[in-house]
Amino acid sequence: MNDNNFDVIVIGGGPAGLTAGIYLARAKTKTLILNEGTVGGQMILTHEIANYPGVESISGYQLSNKMKNQAKSFGCVIKSNIRITNLELNSEIKRIEVNNKDVFTADAVILSTGGRSRPLNVPGEDRFKGKGISYCATCDGDFFQDKNIIVVGGGNSALEEAVSLTKYAASVTVVHQFDNFQAFPHAIEEAEKNPKIKFIMDSKIIEFQGDEKLEKVFIQNQNTKDIIEMNIDGVFIFIGYMPNTEKFIGKIELNKWGEIITKGNLETSVSGVFAAGDSIQKRYRQITTAVADGTIAALGAIEYLNEIKQLQKV
Amino acid sequence: MLQTNLNHIASEKEFGEVINNNENVMICCGRMGPMCVPVYGVMEEIEGDYKHVTFRDMEFDHPDARVIRNLPECRNFAGLPFTVYYKNGKLVKATSSIQSMEQVTEILDKEFGKELINK
Repeated sequence: MNDNNFDVIVIGGGPAGLTAGIYLARAKTKTLILNEGTVGGQMILTHEIANYPGVESISGYQLSNKMKNQAKSFGCVIKSNIRITNLELNSEIKRIEVNNKDVFTADAVILSTGGRSRPLNVPGEDRFKGKGISYCATCDGDFFQDKNIIVVGGGNSALEEAVSLTKYAASVTVVHQFDNFQAFPHAIEEAEKNPKIKFIMDSKIIEFQGDEKLEKVFIQNQNTKDIIEMNIDGVFIFIGYMPNTEKFIGKIELNKWGEIITKGNLETSVSGVFAAGDSIQKRYRQITTAVADGTIAALGAIEYLNEIKQLQKV
Repeated sequence: MLQTNLNHIASEKEFGEVINNNENVMICCGRMGPMCVPVYGVMEEIEGDYKHVTFRDMEFDHPDARVIRNLPECRNFAGLPFTVYYKNGKLVKATSSIQSMEQVTEILDKEFGKELINK
């Protein structure tokens, strides 16, 4: 077995991938975790985790480091901040090319690529990121002391962050594309009773404009198609998450939202390819559910490896 | 102090020493938040390969971090972290908010040249 040949390759180093790495490596399975960003996934986006059983309070950064070190302690190899440039999942030996040069192979693969904040994808969004446009209220809220800002979205994150941003901002305008919110009733109630919050419903931001920083937005009503121009200091975008599964299109079965479809043991439509965490089709996305998925996928992968070994003996 | 594996800058004096005594310097000034941690992660990851660059972080809320917060090039920044790049003591690039590995290495290669040791 050469250095680039593994029993299992886990793609994604969030809680699902790291848990899979812990289980696999502890079972003496030669395991590689490949992660395109910083290890920890969306877990590191959480300032305080207070509902992880057995741990009263911990930051997402600390918990991800503990999981990473635990996986490494069992012999799991972790390569982060890499770029996956090619994938061959349908063959018996799975082949993954990294950074257009290194090729890693394995008998089984676990896909745990998680998700990311959904961008609006309208003109000006990239240009004004960090110069008026933000995806993190706790990070950037204090730059908008006594300023007028917009929060985009109608789910729990959007309305809860809108309320939290009223600590800093002079006014918060919630812009939502539908005529009703998707948030829980208590989050809607909190937002609606806050005197600093206004609402523009049935509407979408269609363009950001400014010179060196964001200065104005154009908002279009989805029913009348009327467009209004609004001077604004900042926009916070909370319109949900999307799975990081673009690389798997055409290689494994995905649903219409791009989520990976799995069986009960978290095997995908391709033999020897398992999936876990936020990128799979499921209802609840929590660190604890990702950890559970990682465990099931790892155990499924181990069982798969045992089966192919048995077949090779016959 | 930031909980990273990078070397930290703890004062204005130290900041001056770092940018003036090293040819190529990248400093990430932030908190331990979700937009900052990935940038520290990128820096930790590439520190061993970019031997010709000095990597440091600095706590955004430290009073002495005004040397970065108050830079004219950062006046329109409204997203953490503020990441600054110095060549021979002069600011050559500043970015606001989260940056990917590709974005960081593109700046490093452009401003400081490629001396990357192949992994």
